Amino acid sequence: MLKVLKMLLLLGSLSAAVAHAEMSIEIIGAGEHQIPVAVAPLGGDAKIAAAINEVVLADLQRSGLFRIVDNAGKTPHEPSEVNYADWQAMGAEALAIGSVELVEAGRVSVKVRLLDVLKKSPLLGEVVSAKDSQTRQIGHRIADLIYEKLTGDKGVFSTRIAYVNRLGEKYRLVVADSDGYNEQTVLAQNEPIMSPAWSADGSRLAYVSFETGHAAVFVQSVFTKQRNLLADFRGSNSAPTWSPDGKQLAMVLTRDGSSQLYLINADGSGIQRLTFSGAIDTEPCFSPDGQRLLFTSDRGGSAQIYQLAIAGGLEQRVSFGEGTNYSPRYSPDGKSMVLVHRANAQFYIATQDFQSGQMQLVTDGGWHKKPSFAPNGKMILFASEARGRGILASVSSDGRVKQHMFTQTGDAREPMWNPHF
Amino acid sequence: MKKLVISVVLVNLLAACASQKAPEAAAPTPAPVAAAVTAPVVEKAVVVDPLNDATSILAKRSVYYALDVDAVAAADQPVIAAHGKYLSENPSRKVELAGYADERGSTEYNLALGQRRADGVKKLLELSGAKAAQVSAVSFGEEKPKAAGHDEAAWSQNRRSDLNYAK
Repeated sequence: MLKVLKMLLLLGSLSAAVAHAEMSIEIIGAGEHQIPVAVAPLGGDAKIAAAINEVVLADLQRSGLFRIVDNAGKTPHEPSEVNYADWQAMGAEALAIGSVELVEAGRVSVKVRLLDVLKKSPLLGEVVSAKDSQTRQIGHRIADLIYEKLTGDKGVFSTRIAYVNRLGEKYRLVVADSDGYNEQTVLAQNEPIMSPAWSADGSRLAYVSFETGHAAVFVQSVFTKQRNLLADFRGSNSAPTWSPDGKQLAMVLTRDGSSQLYLINADGSGIQRLTFSGAIDTEPCFSPDGQRLLFTSDRGGSAQIYQLAIAGGLEQRVSFGEGTNYSPRYSPDGKSMVLVHRANAQFYIATQDFQSGQMQLVTDGGWHKKPSFAPNGKMILFASEARGRGILASVSSDGRVKQHMFTQTGDAREPMWNPHF
Repeated sequence: MKKLVISVVLVNLLAACASQKAPEAAAPTPAPVAAAVTAPVVEKAVVVDPLNDATSILAKRSVYYALDVDAVAAADQPVIAAHGKYLSENPSRKVELAGYADERGSTEYNLALGQRRADGVKKLLELSGAKAAQVSAVSFGEEKPKAAGHDEAAWSQNRRSDLNYAK
């Protein structure tokens, strides 16, 4: 029951001003061990049921962890209607069934069950309630339930992303579902926007805007759209990132000379300088425990990744080898990072385990920038390019499954995955 | 030739206005300008602001860089020195330096690199006599590229510092 309530709250807050931009998604590759799963068409209102089904199937498919088994015209809605032998013969190991109920005008309640086809037993039973227009959110939620039950990891299909859309000289700060659909414009203007950064609770975005004539840092509520100018010192104010407790931000200021890292309270008070390298220090990212920062610095002569302890003391280089490295982000468990590796005139998305120090490329070379982990650490969102346009792309953390998301117009840049489930 | 004279006269009258902070009422009406066209005597009286002389070294308002370099090239240093001297001789003039970078590297690294390029020009201007208050430095990094395209032809245009004089 608690789960249902939480879902209702979340959906209610996302209902404002939805732009119906057309998206197209291409999926490349597949996971090594795919779980064969069947999803029977939901019962109830045919139009709503079909819309939800489509989202569930697309989500499961793009995770790369599932092989969708065709339902072969079979449409059970209740466990009593399931002939397990049929589904076993079709190779399914799990089967999702359910139906849509209209609870009141404009609201639906979807009862969904996941069944273990081999053991002929129920795996989960849940009710998801929302407005009847929120079929995508309902579908994402159902896909999350299935994903979590079958993989043991939390699903991220219901999570949100932020990115910047550039069309000529028009810039928009956009938030959208993790598949790029359901986009909402947070800010639209004719000056560049850079580096959106989510607060840990997903309620606020910090970003860089050039509307005052130079790079300044703003903070804006995703829900109320209320915004404040946080840092507007001379030169550049940039690369904001939130502490896990949401009380502070780390960012780059040039007010005392070169680009250095500073800590600042979320209300703009208490500025504290963290680095004194005299070189370029930028792109800070808090460790999940809030004790350390990863950042990019050229203090050693070329752009590399460094780590510092906020309490002081430790300040060490963590990327080595050929090439240059940028844009580090901790994994949600803090054990590894994702970064941009540049070598041989190509940009790669790479991960590096802190214990082994080994860097692993998870994309082929190309025009790849600005990676961030999904909150479950299993996927990486990044900016890429295809057909001459800036696009959003994602890759499973093991590099096996990639997807390209094409927004309707303009270039998608500077994506950041909301760390909040 | 006549056209040239008009523009020189106009610009200098305006510049004089700005530098002397002359009250609006004292600003010249279009009539004297028209007179200047017909009376060549006025041309002699005009002191040309070297900033508006297309043949002056000051006409050069951009310097370009190699990849990941933020020091002004030796060949461009006389240009910056001339602007610094001009600023020292025209203390009411102000200039904003805008640093840019090509798209290689991260957007944030490029913003920092553009800032370092603009700050480097600011230092040279001050060494040549400009006062700190006359010069501000900002960066656009890889935003607002002058040239589009993933090739050196575009990139070389985008690794740049611009000197933008306040009107």
